[in-house]
Amino acid sequence: MSDQRVALTIRDLRLDVAQSGHDIVDEVSLTIAPGEVLGLVGESGSGKTTVGLAVLGHARKGVAIHAGTVSIGGTDIIGLRGKALRQARGRLVSYVPQDPGTALNPALRIGPQVYEVLEAHGFGANKAERKARVREVFNEVLLPSIPDFLNRYPHQLSGGQQQRVGLAMAFATRPAVIVLDEPTTGLDVSTQAHVLETIRSLAASHGVAALYVTHDLAVVATLADRVAVMYAGRIVEQGTTAEIFANPAHPYTRYLVAAAPEMGSDRELVGLGGRAPAPGRRPVGCAFAPRCEVATPQCSQSFPDVTVVSGGASGGPIADDGSHEVRCFHAFSVPERTVRRAAAGDASGSANGDVALSLRSISAGYTGHVVVHDVSFEIARGESVALVGESGSGKSTLSRSIGGLHREWTGDMLLGGEPLQRSARDRPVQQRLSIQYVFQNPYSSLHPRRSVAESIARPLAIAGVDRREISREVDSMLERVSLSSAYGARFPDQLSGGERQRVAIARALISEPQVLICDEVTSALDVLVQATIIELLVDLQRDLGLSMLFVTHNLPLVRSVAQRVAVMADGVIVELGSTASTLSDPQQEYTKRLLADTPAIPDFEVRS
Amino acid sequence: MTAASMEAGATVPTDETESAVVAQQGLVHTAMQLWRTRIGVVLVAGLVAIAIVGPWVAPYGAGEFVGTANLSDVEGTWLGTDYFGQDVWSRFLHGGRSILLLASLATLIGFFFGAAIGLIAAYNRGRIDDALMRFMDILLAFPQLLLALVALTTVGPQSWLIVAIVGFTTIPRIARITRGAAVPVVERDFIGAAEALGESRFRIITRELLPNVTGPLLVEANLRLTYSISIIAGLGFLGFATERNAADWGLMVQENRVALAVQPWGTVLPAVAIALLTIGTGLISDGLARTVAGIDRGRPDA
Repeated sequence: MSDQRVALTIRDLRLDVAQSGHDIVDEVSLTIAPGEVLGLVGESGSGKTTVGLAVLGHARKGVAIHAGTVSIGGTDIIGLRGKALRQARGRLVSYVPQDPGTALNPALRIGPQVYEVLEAHGFGANKAERKARVREVFNEVLLPSIPDFLNRYPHQLSGGQQQRVGLAMAFATRPAVIVLDEPTTGLDVSTQAHVLETIRSLAASHGVAALYVTHDLAVVATLADRVAVMYAGRIVEQGTTAEIFANPAHPYTRYLVAAAPEMGSDRELVGLGGRAPAPGRRPVGCAFAPRCEVATPQCSQSFPDVTVVSGGASGGPIADDGSHEVRCFHAFSVPERTVRRAAAGDASGSANGDVALSLRSISAGYTGHVVVHDVSFEIARGESVALVGESGSGKSTLSRSIGGLHREWTGDMLLGGEPLQRSARDRPVQQRLSIQYVFQNPYSSLHPRRSVAESIARPLAIAGVDRREISREVDSMLERVSLSSAYGARFPDQLSGGERQRVAIARALISEPQVLICDEVTSALDVLVQATIIELLVDLQRDLGLSMLFVTHNLPLVRSVAQRVAVMADGVIVELGSTASTLSDPQQEYTKRLLADTPAIPDFEVRS
Repeated sequence: MTAASMEAGATVPTDETESAVVAQQGLVHTAMQLWRTRIGVVLVAGLVAIAIVGPWVAPYGAGEFVGTANLSDVEGTWLGTDYFGQDVWSRFLHGGRSILLLASLATLIGFFFGAAIGLIAAYNRGRIDDALMRFMDILLAFPQLLLALVALTTVGPQSWLIVAIVGFTTIPRIARITRGAAVPVVERDFIGAAEALGESRFRIITRELLPNVTGPLLVEANLRLTYSISIIAGLGFLGFATERNAADWGLMVQENRVALAVQPWGTVLPAVAIALLTIGTGLISDGLARTVAGIDRGRPDA
């Protein structure tokens, strides 16, 4: 791969909100060499997907490409219209969307669906050649190419297989550039690991330039040759993956790295409050300045130019400007808060052997279909236990059973020695209030037509607390979850995802529960927001002496949250032990495999 | 509580996204920004005003004899006389009340029971859902107008019977829409949160579920009002009025249609009124429907 030609060049790309003319993305310049994978990283709303789509000459409704060029092999995609543009898409550049389940046409068999792409682009001289290419590309993405498989419908495939068909479609015409928009987000870690491996080897062996759009730093660290970090529609830093992770220059990048959960090290996650300014509300100077610890008055006066902080560390398929570039007046200044701190001692909580919640041979399922088999464990008072597993492992069914939301279970559950009824409705008020549940998706867990204060107050109203007392408690609980009491009058759709999740946590904690069940509470949130929520939960759990069951599929996160971890697979707990020892020295084959497949930020620290 | 929330509202920084602000302004308010809704409201309000105020401003009584039948130029009348020698204008002013009242009552009955059945089916699912909805399907199989005709010919033309039949046949239609709108809401986590707190079924249905389906429900109720009006007018036209020679727009069309060539007003005036009323309620439904869809699209998690 000594090929130093450039496959994709983006120059000064700017996209506007068509109506107002506010910039969504501006001054974006990137190059990608054939065979190179560039990770485009940013939080939601940073404009990364907008850039990804612009590479295909596409702008979403209400968005206009204002200026700039996107050239692939000498063709400016932005200048193309109509038929020429349709021909370029698929031929020069193709796209792998986030959710393969909705991207494939459910009414068409997968073989013909890929064939259709070839036909539309006149690939191959005749039918036989195209059919041969379909079989070939299925082999390339490691899918069987026998007729029996090609004749399946998308719904007959697993999520990972569907995404491979998506890849096959994108690679079928042998495009020069491929844009991948978080293609592994919905997949389990083991499937994700395999799909990532396929993407990497395909890009390398066929010399395809890949733009990989994602918010997941760990994925980028394992996959990408170079990384570009976006904030508020601008690229604030780019460089080789090793440079970016070992030696981040921009304070924002430092925050991102500090917020990413890491399996290997025992440190606290650092979050960052506030949110990126929306288009039209961006300040004159550096958009990150209001949230930045090292910002000076200069930062809010002008936006710094691109500075090259070190030359291209060549080697490997790196484009011409493999140099490390940053847009910051204070490059390499280290924000105080991002300095690594060790997480508070493991043993802090679980000391007193008092059992808060005890599960004895719990089996649960859905009419005739058992998904949880004979699970037993205990959570001590003040202890935090993580329940980890892939989708379908039964972890949600188990946690919902504990919360009284799922009725079909057998076995014994004891809360402080008292048996729990199956359904929340059959439990006495005190028990109901003692076990509280925080849901995965903060966008669906709050009543949309009820104010924040009303939502939080409801558990107290059930407990029969009087009104004046309630409003005082709600205010102090809002403070506890770092929201001002002014938030009480707001409605959920006026809040960001992180703020909503804080409200959900406040609602769960206001009745002073003994056990808090957190069901994938951060999976819908950006990494910086996730870190702030984890910080909050860890603090609250410690201060209030809560027993917590933290359900997640995100292994690295467990390290920052839980003292013990229970690994669940196919409805059985395969391994249960202290977090540190389980993650560093897993005993079971399943846990070992799970750990191996989980993308992690490698130790780039070794820099001379 | 209100004082506190108002005070807090004043200190809230205005950094919300615009879609959020639209959603907060409320469905009806947003719908009123559409021209179709405004026109609909003007039409309906005008006709309702005529129906309510009409009897007091009518120059003659509803059954008062003023001159020779079927003449368009009678001294002392504005639009002439009808088939019985009564004042067309006065009868028109009298004739709106019954149809509006009957149609509204029928729709209210259908709305209340339909929404209740739909919500209960959506929340409980399983057997209750199946039983309720299959029963609704059976009711749906009867054509509204035919059922009304059968009932009215057996029992006789009674106002309460018209309301009952039209209301009854509206129930399954509203129930279906309500259930359809409520099922996705039931799947959302805030319902689970309420269950975990042990809220009663009644409270979950009325306080958690109902407020989140008001949009589609309002649209459907409005649409059903439109249909109720046309059915009741149709029944009037077919002669099923409460009493003979009652002042009723539907009945007027029927009574005066033979003289359409010589005295068009007797037919045209009530016919146009019914048409405008249905168009008006239809436009309001349409405006509401568009707004509901718009609010759903503007959800910030997109």
